Amino acid sequence: MNHAMNQPLIEIKGLKRHFTIDKGKTLHAVDGVNLSLHQNEVVGLVGESGCGKSTLGRTIVGLYEKTSGEVFYKGEKLPSRYGAKDFRRLSREIQMIFQDPYSSLNPRMTVREIIAEGPLLHGLWTNHNMVANVGNWLRRVGLDPEHMSRYPHEFSGGQRQRIGIARALALQPKVVICDEPISALDVSVQAQVVNLLEELKDSMGLTVLFIAHDLSMVRYVSDRMAVMYLGSLVELGPSNDVYFRPLHPYTQSLVASNPEPDPIHEQSREHVVLKGEVPSPVNLKPGCRFAGRCPKAVAACQTVTPQMRPVGASQVACHLY
Amino acid sequence: MNSTDKPILEVRDLKVEFDTYGGTVQAVRGVHFALAKGKTLAIVGESGCGKSVTVQSLMGLIPSPPGRITSGSVRLNGREILGLSPKEANQVRGKQIGMIFQDPMTSLNPTMTLGRQITETIRVHDGVSDAEARKRAIELLEQVQIPEARTRVDQYPFQFSGGMRQRVMIAMSIACNPEILIADEPTTALDVTIQAQILDLLKTIQRDRRMSMILITHDLGVVARMADDVAVMYAGQIVEYGGVQQIFHRSAHPYTVGLRSAMPQNDEAQSKMLKPIEGSPPDLFDPPKGCAYFDRCPHAMKVCAARNPPLWDVQEDHLSRCWIHHKFATSSTEVFRSNRMGQEWEIQK
Ligand SMILES: Nc1ncnc2c1ncn2[C@@H]1O[C@H](COP(=O)(O)OP(=O)(O)OP(=O)(O)O)[C@@H](O)[C@H]1O
Ligand SMILES: Nc1ncnc2c1ncn2[C@@H]1O[C@H](COP(=O)(O)OP(=O)(O)OP(=O)(O)O)[C@@H](O)[C@H]1O
Ligand SMILES: [Mg+2]
Ligand SMILES: [Mg+2]
Repeated sequence: MNHAMNQPLIEIKGLKRHFTIDKGKTLHAVDGVNLSLHQNEVVGLVGESGCGKSTLGRTIVGLYEKTSGEVFYKGEKLPSRYGAKDFRRLSREIQMIFQDPYSSLNPRMTVREIIAEGPLLHGLWTNHNMVANVGNWLRRVGLDPEHMSRYPHEFSGGQRQRIGIARALALQPKVVICDEPISALDVSVQAQVVNLLEELKDSMGLTVLFIAHDLSMVRYVSDRMAVMYLGSLVELGPSNDVYFRPLHPYTQSLVASNPEPDPIHEQSREHVVLKGEVPSPVNLKPGCRFAGRCPKAVAACQTVTPQMRPVGASQVACHLY
Repeated sequence: MNSTDKPILEVRDLKVEFDTYGGTVQAVRGVHFALAKGKTLAIVGESGCGKSVTVQSLMGLIPSPPGRITSGSVRLNGREILGLSPKEANQVRGKQIGMIFQDPMTSLNPTMTLGRQITETIRVHDGVSDAEARKRAIELLEQVQIPEARTRVDQYPFQFSGGMRQRVMIAMSIACNPEILIADEPTTALDVTIQAQILDLLKTIQRDRRMSMILITHDLGVVARMADDVAVMYAGQIVEYGGVQQIFHRSAHPYTVGLRSAMPQNDEAQSKMLKPIEGSPPDLFDPPKGCAYFDRCPHAMKVCAARNPPLWDVQEDHLSRCWIHHKFATSSTEVFRSNRMGQEWEIQK
């Protein structure tokens, strides 16, 4: 494919994914997202629980049909609804690590079968070298290769999460969408997995969309950081800018709530809590979606939906800028 | 372990094993702790070290076979609760101990609306009317920040996001006013603002009802915010136990120190790789006879390979399972650098 060097590897344009819920109501889970991932880049994605991060990831990998909008991979427009052939071809290139480790692992398959399934299907491994390869991947995510004939329920929460990571990475994809990949891991194993991602980024040019809620870790691993609120992006920029100099009032409240590993500080500080009605992706009002809870809202925020505009090296959707 | 208060829950020498295809896993190898009324004990530790299995055994939830509790005692208000009949255990579970499970998707029924699941819990324990229970369910969903709770109450688990399912679990666990709440990674799927609100909610409930809490989490920021005491586990045992300030500012066990140095720093200039603890945890099929952390410990001595250290009192109510606290330990290990906070701490002799 005619994929130029400076062209993004993945380009998401005006992507929407809506769900019809009862009584003909529409839930706008992903509502017009524009985002590019460049080859070898890690983009962090943070945002309120329920704002559409997992739905965005699942739509990118074709598990959900697109309601509207487009996703380009190496310049090629991906189908808006995947058929079996599309999955087979594209799963080799774009993989996803799922948020819910347990329900995404087949309980009747051993860990060896789970990890080897994809690579065998795509002819990356043979029956002959499969055991060695599985063992190698288990070791890389800090699991004991001797446990490869165990079943998922025989592992702890964090061990299962690492099985999911090994399964996705063993296919050696070009892009991996990581949905809360390290949330069940202790900080030492988190460091190990993050270092593994960095190593794969260097050695095979891996591109990563890293969805997580641990802001310190997202800042550390990502080149750029995207902040999502109720279905669309409100801020996007270099990670250090977004974390240390947040522009959007929502990003500011997010950063201010990040817990510090220091009991003296944590047990004495005033916690900033977002006030106002919790917004719903079903009854969307005009104007900025954060307006009802925003401490800095002005009149325009109630009526005009702000668009992403460049501010410094970042982009922000807010009338204050 | 606060010596003045009589604990509401006392766990002694708990041991749990699982039979697997490859042999017997010793998942919990002699865990000991006490929980005071109205207090929060946080359990932290390596992934796979036995935190969930420990609390599942308090709840009578170890699947048997393949699992079995081979020794120990768990006293709730002085009454032994290990080995209760399934019916008795069920009562303790609903009324006295509430639990938030690590894996919300497997503990919610996928075929039933969330509202029904919450109302059933309420009705079983409080015997209120259908309409009353539904009203409570909606209030509970609002308390855990689910938008449009009135509509959402009739949806199914698959229609909720990961963090929303986690919040439903939290709502269900507090629905029956338990005396003890066991929360196994309750906020892993929550963004920091909602997490802060949920933690505040738990703290308020705790204060109003003098509820005690066991909180399992990998998030040291959450521990710092919530815990009174902290137990650090490694390979099926508690290796350090103390007040939250002692654990963070006077870490005594090399594993605790290693854990803290693996975290990313909130420093714009940080460009070096993160520092995971080298090596991997021991195989629990055949646990080492010495210290389980020996292979990975920068301070390891000869004795560490030969004998498992006891829990030493390094200070009042601060225990650490490490030979460096022995009064004859060599001088090279005397000064312990706790590299995160940048303080030096002389090991008390
Ligand atoms: N049903 C089972 N059969 C065999 N082994 C088991 C079973 N359940 C747990 N284990 C093993 O027991 C050990 C402790 O598991 P546990 O779930 O308590 O870990 P954990 O500390 O909660 O870890 P995490 O932080 O990853 O959730 C693990 O090594 C796990 O593999
Ligand atoms: N299959 C579905 N049917 C109906 N609604 C859905 C479905 N999947 C997701 N939703 C809704 O879409 C919205 C976005 O959900 P999503 O899982 O993408 O959130 P998220 O940002 O990943 O949240 P979290 O951080 O809690 O995992 C939520 O309001 C959720 O209830
Ligand atoms: Mg999600
Ligand atoms: Mg666990």
